[in-house]
Amino acid sequence: MDLVQMQKSLQDYTKSLFLEGILDGQFLQLQQLQDESNPDFVSQVVTLFFQDSDRILNDLSLSLDQQVVDFKKVDPHVHQLKGSSSSIGAQRVKNACVVFRNFCEQQNVEACHRCLQQVKQEYYLVKNRLETLFKLEQQIVASGGMIPAVELGF
Amino acid sequence: MAEVLLPRKMEIANDPSKFGSPDPLHVLAVDDSHVDRKFIERLLRVSSCKVTVVDSATRALQYLGLGVEEKSVGFEDLKVNLIMTDYSMPGMTGYELLKKIKESSAFRQVPVVIMSSENILPRIDRCLEEGAEDFLLKPVKLSDVKRLRDSLMKVEDLSFTKSIQKRELETENAYPVHSQLKRAKI
Repeated sequence: MDLVQMQKSLQDYTKSLFLEGILDGQFLQLQQLQDESNPDFVSQVVTLFFQDSDRILNDLSLSLDQQVVDFKKVDPHVHQLKGSSSSIGAQRVKNACVVFRNFCEQQNVEACHRCLQQVKQEYYLVKNRLETLFKLEQQIVASGGMIPAVELGF
Repeated sequence: MAEVLLPRKMEIANDPSKFGSPDPLHVLAVDDSHVDRKFIERLLRVSSCKVTVVDSATRALQYLGLGVEEKSVGFEDLKVNLIMTDYSMPGMTGYELLKKIKESSAFRQVPVVIMSSENILPRIDRCLEEGAEDFLLKPVKLSDVKRLRDSLMKVEDLSFTKSIQKRELETENAYPVHSQLKRAKI
C-alpha cells in the first residue's frame, strides 16, 4: 500500500469510529492539541486511560464479587472511569458508566454486574480500535508520511 | 481608583521595553485523575501558561506552604496566578481546598476555578458563594482556558500598570518638573 492509500485508510478508519459513536468530539480536541512539539500527545493520554481503566475495571470486579457489595467503593470507581473516558472522547464507555452509576444509586447488585460487563465490552472495543488507529499512524510515519487531519463532513 | 489608572494604560503599553514585560501566568492545577492532569497541563501549556500539576488537594496545600505542619515561611516569593482544581477528589475535595485557600492571608486573592464532570447547580452555587472565580464543566475546553487566561492577563496588566505608575511617581517626586500636573490628574 502506498502512502496516499495508507493516509486515506486512516482517515476512513477514524471517520468510522466517530460514525459508530465509539469516539466523540473530545477525541478531536485531543488531536488538535498535538503538534510537532508534542507529536505523541494523543497516544500518551490514551495510554494513561488504558492503564487507569485496567486498574479500575479490576477493582470493580473485585468489589462486585464481595459477599456484601460496598457501593461506597463501587460508585467512585465508576465515576472515575466515566470521567477519564469522557476526557478522551470514549463516548460509549462513558455512556455505559452513566447507566452503571444509576444502578449503583439503586444498589442493584445484579444490574451492576450486567453494567460492568457492558462497560468492559465497550472498553475493549475502544481499546482495540484505538490500538489499530495508532498502528496505522505509525505505519504512515514510518513511511515518511504525515498524519492527515481528520475531515468530518457529517 | 481603577478609572483614574485606565487612561494611563495606553501610554505604558506603547513602551513596555522601558519596564520589561509581565511573566507568563503560573497556574497550579489539581486533579486526582492521570488522564485529566495530562490534559489540563497540555491545555495550559498551549495557552502559554507556566504549569504546576499536583494529584491531590493535600499536595496543593503543601506546594503553597499551607500544609498542616508548615508555616508560610519562604513562600512569599511563590507566585501563583490561578488555581484550577477538580471538585471530586478522594480525601480533601476541591471545595474544601477552595475554602482553605480563601482562609489563607497569603493566597486568598488568587482566583480559584473549580472543574467538575457533573452539572449540579447547588454544587456550582456553593462554590461560587465560597469565592470560586468560575466553575468549568469537564472535559474542559481550550476556549475555557483561553478565556480565563485573557481575563487574568487584563488584571495582571492592570496591577503591573499600577506598579509602573507608582515607580513613575516616586521618580518624579525626585525630579519635580511635571509633578504639579500629575497630582492634578490623580
